[in-house]
Amino acid sequence: MGEFFASETVQTALDILKTEFPLAIWETIYVTVLSTFFAIVIGLPLGVLLVAGEKGRVLRIPKWILHILNIIINLLRSIPFLILMIVVFPLTRLIMGTVVGTPASIVPLVIAAFPFVARLVESSLREVNPNIIETAQSMGASPMQIIVKVMIPESIPSLISNVTLTITTVLGYSAMSGIIGGGGLGKIAINYGYYRYQYLVMGCAVICLIILVQIFQSVGTRISVKSDKRLKHRK
Amino acid sequence: MIEIQNLSKTFPVSGGTVEALKDISLTIPDGEIYGIIGMSGAGKSTLVRCINMLERPTSGKVIIDGKDLGSLTQAQLREERRNITMIFQGFNLLMQRNCLKNVCFPLELAGCKKKEAVERATELLELVGLGDKLKSYPAQLSGGQQQRVAIARALATHPKILLCDEATSALDPQTTQSILSLIKDLHDKLGLTVIVITHQMSVVEQICTRVAILNHGSVVEEGVVSEVFASPESEEAKQLVYPEGYQQAIETEREEHLIRVVFNGASATQTPLIAKMAMEENIIASILFASTRSIGDKAYGNMLLGISGGKEQIEKAIAYLRRIPDIHAEEVTRDHG
Ligand SMILES: Nc1ncnc2c1ncn2[C@@H]1O[C@H](COP(=O)(O)OP(=O)(O)OP(=O)(O)O)[C@@H](O)[C@H]1O
Ligand SMILES: [Mg+2]
Repeated sequence: MGEFFASETVQTALDILKTEFPLAIWETIYVTVLSTFFAIVIGLPLGVLLVAGEKGRVLRIPKWILHILNIIINLLRSIPFLILMIVVFPLTRLIMGTVVGTPASIVPLVIAAFPFVARLVESSLREVNPNIIETAQSMGASPMQIIVKVMIPESIPSLISNVTLTITTVLGYSAMSGIIGGGGLGKIAINYGYYRYQYLVMGCAVICLIILVQIFQSVGTRISVKSDKRLKHRK
Repeated sequence: MIEIQNLSKTFPVSGGTVEALKDISLTIPDGEIYGIIGMSGAGKSTLVRCINMLERPTSGKVIIDGKDLGSLTQAQLREERRNITMIFQGFNLLMQRNCLKNVCFPLELAGCKKKEAVERATELLELVGLGDKLKSYPAQLSGGQQQRVAIARALATHPKILLCDEATSALDPQTTQSILSLIKDLHDKLGLTVIVITHQMSVVEQICTRVAILNHGSVVEEGVVSEVFASPESEEAKQLVYPEGYQQAIETEREEHLIRVVFNGASATQTPLIAKMAMEENIIASILFASTRSIGDKAYGNMLLGISGGKEQIEKAIAYLRRIPDIHAEEVTRDHG
């Protein structure tokens, strides 16, 4: 056992763990959180449009706009992430000035995640009891008030759990982005594990990713459950 | 005053249309508790939703205090809806807001200041008897309590008209009673015009002053509740007024003559009517069917009495019964059921 720890492989692995991991973990977290944030900024209004614009619902939006929106969302959702990353290189360069590095990977991540968010928001908002929306209308609520004061607040627990789902998915994508230019734990796993056969380092990176997913997931679930006032007997 | 003029509503459905309302004209004076009753699918909800334009009539008008609602812009209509509020069978509270915030909701919509809204909401929740539940969430309340919150919420914007669509249908009989008396109380206190949609005659009996009977989208009978209740004209009205088993009792072949007695709030519970009639008038009556209930100390419902003896006995009995206040009696002739 002592021999194993003294071995060169382990020593270099520990070295890398100490020198490179803290930064990689930090990069992974901030890329994930920022990308999710921007994906929500774009995806939430689109999801709202998809539901509120439907016939007989709150907003009057021409059918063709919803149709095009649906096609764009489906299109983006069907492109595998790595290919999407390459496809959006020009856009990434335009926005960030470069296509490599951690910040640059935010652009493709946002583009991959916002259609996902739009769909999830759509499904969350659909759960809102239509009778409650009608009640708000019967009290003189404007379309904007219905969206902001009824649809979104009433689906908060579901929205939070979908945000959690988005975060964990984006975390996975961000690791994948390590293959072509992205930073963080994914890059370490690929650089050391795939190119230099240092499986121990790769294993550590994977374990870190698993732990991050677990943390995000359990925190998200807890907040979602806590926020839900439909559950009885909670003070 | 609410004037409904030649209102029709047709829904397009796959493979044709459904005529939910056909040429309905009604006038509902201010301060009335007006019942609209009908079987399931009669078009009651559609009618009440047309009154506040949640549903646009296909043709016809809804005029409230001289204002034709159909001619208002969306913004004007939203303004007007603060005067015509509604409560529902399913309560439809915002589940993620506590009671206080639920009642504040329409005030927020109206752009009321937060402090004032909270004050008004607290006051209203106290008025409906939920002063201790301000911070509770709807899921923590019983159905009856939720409906009280919904009533408080409906009253927040000082409406003139309260529409109740099957407001008590999801509640047990006792809770129904308490909600109905609350609505009656509020009507008396605030001078509201209340429209009560229901499929239960008992609800109409208890609080309404006038009633319209809706059947397949048409008004088949309209009038003062006691009159409609005492002598229903239309088949539909009879079906609603006479409880199950009544028709059967009538149709059974018998020697006796039949008298239908309607208790319309008579304080008859203390005095055993049949026994008294036997003692005072020497008329022997058998109860063939009875469906009465006491609300407070008043009796409501129907009774079918069989009286043996000739024509004379019947007339004596009817005359006796009619002398009692709030009781209506008539002979039932078999052929017209
Ligand atoms: N949006 C709609 N589209 C198509 N048909 C409808 C629609 N709303 C109501 N209808 C039809 O109109 C008729 C009247 O419906 P309505 O809901 O007004 O009945 P109701 O008297 O309220 O019945 P209940 O007591 O069951 O609530 C029914 O035949 C119903 O199927
Ligand atoms: Mg109905």
